[in-house]
Amino acid sequence: MCLAIPARITKIKGMLAEVDLGGNTKEINITLTPEAKVGDYVLLHAGFAIQVIDEKAAEEIFEAWEEAYAALQE
Amino acid sequence: MQPYKSKKEYARYLLDRLQQEADRPLTAMEVCGTHTVAIARSGLRALLPQHIRLISGPGCPVCVTDDADLDYAIALAREKGVILATFGDMMRVPGTSSSLQQEKSRGADVRVVYSPTDALTLAAENPDAQVVFLAVGFETTVPTIAVALEQAIQQGVKNFSLFSLHKLVPPVMEALLEDPEVKIDAFLNPGHVCTILGSEPFQFVAEKYGKPCVVAGFEAVDILEALLLIVRQYREERPAVEIQYKRAVRPEGNHVARAYIDKYFIPASARWRGIGEVPGSGLVLREEFAQWDAARRFSLTVAPGKRVRKCACGEVLKGLKLPHECPLFGKACTPMKPVGPCMVSTEGSCAAYYRYGEQKVGGAI
Ligand code: SF4
Repeated sequence: MCLAIPARITKIKGMLAEVDLGGNTKEINITLTPEAKVGDYVLLHAGFAIQVIDEKAAEEIFEAWEEAYAALQE
Repeated sequence: MQPYKSKKEYARYLLDRLQQEADRPLTAMEVCGTHTVAIARSGLRALLPQHIRLISGPGCPVCVTDDADLDYAIALAREKGVILATFGDMMRVPGTSSSLQQEKSRGADVRVVYSPTDALTLAAENPDAQVVFLAVGFETTVPTIAVALEQAIQQGVKNFSLFSLHKLVPPVMEALLEDPEVKIDAFLNPGHVCTILGSEPFQFVAEKYGKPCVVAGFEAVDILEALLLIVRQYREERPAVEIQYKRAVRPEGNHVARAYIDKYFIPASARWRGIGEVPGSGLVLREEFAQWDAARRFSLTVAPGKRVRKCACGEVLKGLKLPHECPLFGKACTPMKPVGPCMVSTEGSCAAYYRYGEQKVGGAI
């Protein structure tokens, strides 16, 4: 249940932001990561960004997440 | 992992190091459902040196929800005019005599939401109903629920409340360390709980109990790297809290998120399925936010139901039994017809073992 996935912020409107999630746009809440900027990768959990992560890290996590997510969907 | 051509090669190197460096038997517990799934799926257990044992602890907030608490949630769902909003994983968890899924099919208004803010939207859209959000989750999820509550307060949404069944990870780790039955030499710490908490709240594991504690990521190589850090601490007898999952976890955690938890909630005793009452391991709303507390708003009396005794979830959650050692595993209890919550949640130990079959070797490596 604590699964968190990386996503890149494409737009910020106050405490809401748009992220790109594998080609789909999704609205998220960034109250918990006020330092997040457009272009940043964040870890996403229950509709909220819970941490800003660096880009290289994001790619690595993305692979791990794909592995975990595929496991949960099987 | 620079010198290695592939993750597979690096994983082989790590396994080889573990084989060489683990000089005595070691039992490590993971306290994270996402780890449980990653470990089962990659078949890591079968690849590890024989004297390294990995056991799954109470790492899934759904599985540890006590049936009496679930009975209360079910009673709330049965209240006239109540819409009970919940994360999807809770739907099929059995209480003593029913589940939210069964209540829904009998006409209760139970709605699955993806984010706590969706529950707030439900409240705004249904002004004549009382929306109760079933607040389940570890430290990773609590801050998101605190933000939703703050929005409810700021927007003056009066028909919204929380039934807080939140659980905290460090206190239950301490309870396991204090349990003479449970034998754990080290912990693989939950990655995303530590994204919020950082490493400080786990210092007691190393300092008071002298056990290694490593925050791990979710790929097979992350888990192997974390195990190698554990093995080295163990061999050199220098227990510490180390972070392997540096990509997402800072030693200080996320202080904004932690401040949200502290602003709205205060630790309280909580019941864990199979483990029992653990002091300071739950969260209740602070007194000044009592009007948003569903337990106080409705104050129902729920007669205690009869517990399902046959389920070995309690022993599984403490790492005393492996899932397939439960007599019901795979027979009376399967993901399609779960007897206990460990078989319901995709991240439950029993479900992970059932799905991937621990005898299977290989997987990701
Ligand atoms: S297999 Fe089913 S009955 Fe046995 S411990 Fe797991 S959830 Fe409980």
